[in-house]
Amino acid sequence: MGLHEPVEDWASDFDHTDDAWAADPFPIWNELRQTCPVAHSDRYRGVWLPTRHEDISAIAYDTERFTSRSVVVSEFRPPHEMAPAGVAPPISSDPPFHKGARRVLLPAFSPQAVDRLEPSTRAYCEELVDGLRGHDVVDAAEGYAQHIPVRVIAHMLGLPEADADRFRGFVNHVLEGVALPMEERAAGMLELFEYLKAQIDDHVAHPRDDLISYLLDAELDGEKLDFFHVGRTIALLLIAGIDTTWSAVGASLWHLAGHPADRERLVAEPELLPTAMEELLRAYAPVTMARLVREDMDFAGCPMKADDFVLLPFPAANRDPDAFDRADEVLIDREVNRHAAFGLGIHRCAGSHLARMEMRVALEVWLEAFPTFHLADPAAVRWSGGQVRGPRTLPLRMS
Amino acid sequence: MRVHVDQEICEGHGRCYAIAPELFEPDEIGNGHEVGDGTVTPELERKARLAVGNCPERAITVEEG
Repeated sequence: MGLHEPVEDWASDFDHTDDAWAADPFPIWNELRQTCPVAHSDRYRGVWLPTRHEDISAIAYDTERFTSRSVVVSEFRPPHEMAPAGVAPPISSDPPFHKGARRVLLPAFSPQAVDRLEPSTRAYCEELVDGLRGHDVVDAAEGYAQHIPVRVIAHMLGLPEADADRFRGFVNHVLEGVALPMEERAAGMLELFEYLKAQIDDHVAHPRDDLISYLLDAELDGEKLDFFHVGRTIALLLIAGIDTTWSAVGASLWHLAGHPADRERLVAEPELLPTAMEELLRAYAPVTMARLVREDMDFAGCPMKADDFVLLPFPAANRDPDAFDRADEVLIDREVNRHAAFGLGIHRCAGSHLARMEMRVALEVWLEAFPTFHLADPAAVRWSGGQVRGPRTLPLRMS
Repeated sequence: MRVHVDQEICEGHGRCYAIAPELFEPDEIGNGHEVGDGTVTPELERKARLAVGNCPERAITVEEG
């Protein structure tokens, strides 16, 4: 952030890392949906921005014309030679390779597998709230939300919990460092892969009961996954599993801090939480995905060129009045809710069951420990921009 | 009333078996399947309709009757 020219015209020169997008993207998307439903910017060597649910879902389902070779918008386009696996399989893989690479991973993230992680997740959350008791003001993003997915994913993958600060550094670099000079960006990626290589080597020498050993042992079409595939998938899980869930938990607490009636109702009716959680996921979906245009073509009247990026702002799709009644209102008892917070089609977030469990447990434990809390200083809340949006500073007054 | 999850469309979001575990169950990769032949007893019809209304992929079909 701050590395680019501020945006003046969102229809022709948008930038998803702009501070205005981070602070409050909804008016931007609502305006574009009315006036320019597929916007274009020359930044990042060409990127498109659809804001209607109809267009976003059509692109998510169209794996022929839109490739997942890269899903993070930056100046960089990964070389075609990396196909079919791509930089971080299976999120970066297209059909038909995608299916097998995803199939290998899904059992580890099934609802049954996730259930087994709930007791340890609850224990982490309880430990965190115990450390926060007695303070007048607590930063719920930095002091609570961010720690939960880091600890859960480290435990699941089999990485040392003591390296949590390094993981957050990697995540920040990959997702928020998109505007850095290419060499600096490459150096950060190299550091991540060198770190993971040492961890994977250690698992090769000393196999254990965790996801790294599981992947080293897994087979795709009768053959073991190669070392690079394992490394890149681990990188994906580490990057995708952390600040997404951190953002969802933080955004939920931010909403409840600013809407006392919703907070009081959830404290009084804890059985409503699963329904409320889906509404908070709809309204504050953290993740915007991306695709690359495969070949020059026309989409919705737009002349798209090969290797143009297309952002898929699922949070904008979730606020489209053509897809949802009272789309801009947060109704915590909304019963019909086909939101797209975890994407649509073959790339549905593989960790969605894990994310939902973490979010439910994090909110249950928090609300039980702290039934009353308010925004200590609304102006001090800081949101991350780019493709994962959530509160990074969230001071709450705890009384 | 009967429900059916189309496996060509299901992507494993898991909303159906979260909302109506009496009617849907997950397989080992998280895809949803109707329990048994998908018959919905009258007291579960509301839950069945909620599952349909929350499937992001619109993978669940309902046969009335």
